Amino acid sequence: MSDKTMTADEAVSRLESGMTLGIGGWGSRRKPMALVRALLRTEIADLTVVSYGGPDVGMLAAAGRIRKLIAAFATLDSIPLEPHFRAARERGAFELMEIDEAMFMWGLHAAANRLPFMPVRAGIGSDVMRVNPELRTITSPYADGETFVAMPALRLDAALVHVNRADRQGNGQYLGPDPYFDDLFCEAADTAYVSCERIVDTADLTKEAPPPSLLLKRHVVTGVIEAPGGAHFTSCAPDYARDEAFQKTYATTPWPEFAARFLSGDEQAYQSAVKEAT
Amino acid sequence: MTAVSRAEYCVIACAEAWRDAGEILASPMGLIPSIGARLARHTFSPDLLLTDGEALLVTPDGTVEGWLPYRQHLALVTGGRRHVMMGASQIDRYGNQNISCIGDWTKPKRQLLGVRGAPVNTLNNPTSYWIPKHSRRVFVEKVDMVCGVGYDHAPDARHHHIPRVVSDLGVFDFATADHSMRLASLHPGVTVEQVKEATAFAVTIPNEVPYTRAPTPAELHLIREVLDPHNTRTREVEA
Repeated sequence: MSDKTMTADEAVSRLESGMTLGIGGWGSRRKPMALVRALLRTEIADLTVVSYGGPDVGMLAAAGRIRKLIAAFATLDSIPLEPHFRAARERGAFELMEIDEAMFMWGLHAAANRLPFMPVRAGIGSDVMRVNPELRTITSPYADGETFVAMPALRLDAALVHVNRADRQGNGQYLGPDPYFDDLFCEAADTAYVSCERIVDTADLTKEAPPPSLLLKRHVVTGVIEAPGGAHFTSCAPDYARDEAFQKTYATTPWPEFAARFLSGDEQAYQSAVKEAT
Repeated sequence: MTAVSRAEYCVIACAEAWRDAGEILASPMGLIPSIGARLARHTFSPDLLLTDGEALLVTPDGTVEGWLPYRQHLALVTGGRRHVMMGASQIDRYGNQNISCIGDWTKPKRQLLGVRGAPVNTLNNPTSYWIPKHSRRVFVEKVDMVCGVGYDHAPDARHHHIPRVVSDLGVFDFATADHSMRLASLHPGVTVEQVKEATAFAVTIPNEVPYTRAPTPAELHLIREVLDPHNTRTREVEA
């Protein structure tokens, strides 16, 4: 059976400018930040980013890597408004497909099921339709005759997600309270890169947690990256909580200064700089 | 016992949104609606489901009774067995709500959160609103971005319902011929003039405006001693 382990730099070396990239997690929770940091060390730009947005969106926007964002929101949770996302939006830095959370989920479902769209009772009557003039509606062919939004599939060139444990073949396990939509991101993508807190033997995955915690199946996973602290500064329950102090530093430090101080070296340099700062 | 505070009237006004709701999920956003939902669960709506704010359904004493991760929460929204009380950066006379941005969407003057789940909420389950600081900046003639759908945008939406808007000044509903906003009750100490002054559109004022009901002694005890002993409610609405 194939060993899919690789480094974060190897994973992002397989990505290209212009790709559509799905990023798992939610807000400032279990974001694949080590992979995002690795991405920031490359020259890759012109991305279409698909995310339930948190600091992944903020950082990539601040660094000028996003051509188009597909999102329902961007937030740091304990800091409600993502400052770098806001600043980028206010200077018109990227194109935005702003859609509802449920529309987003059905778009991923459509992609995962190889369907062109899914009908969804959301969007109609709201300005989501005004700001996305490409969205189409569909009338139920049954007696009810209701009109729905035909949410187009959000097919991804690649997905980046972070989980608690994985084996070398790409079976991924979450141990926190919420799977978010990480399995859907992987199923909706042509390739998926999974970072994890720790790589363990397959047999160890179910020693202390039940089978339903096995969120990601290896057939939709391309690469496995061991990245302890890989979600930092977002939360990765139960391994660690959000680093609130560091998140505040992120939110209040001018981006060039933050990037120079924390993102100019590799992941190890980042983790050391974080230790020094706290 | 000291006099009932404005914040406590707001708690009661929010709690009343879930009266007789049955076995549905109460989804409060904000401090005072959260206290209100738990008050309703403790008193007149004992069948309500409550969340811990993340992925768990919990009883008032914190016992976990269910699992509700985001994707199941979205299914619960579309299933309709939920009454959410959302916030609003702007709201207009027909109940259109905006949390996305201020100014022109193509290049906003102020980028806010984004539409989040407001479109799906308002087409699928009862959606009320909580606004802790009633002002002309929030109660606007026309919202800059329709996130939550109002009555003038939802003529054929079969599950659209905005039961109430609660602010620090009073309670509002849409019980008018054209479903425009109406003052349903004033919190004691507030005048009709204050409401008019703080609202940028002409809100319907009935000939007789009742006052928001006072909490019973038992409810006041629950609010003060059990649900919010550290008086966090005054952070949202000053006494």
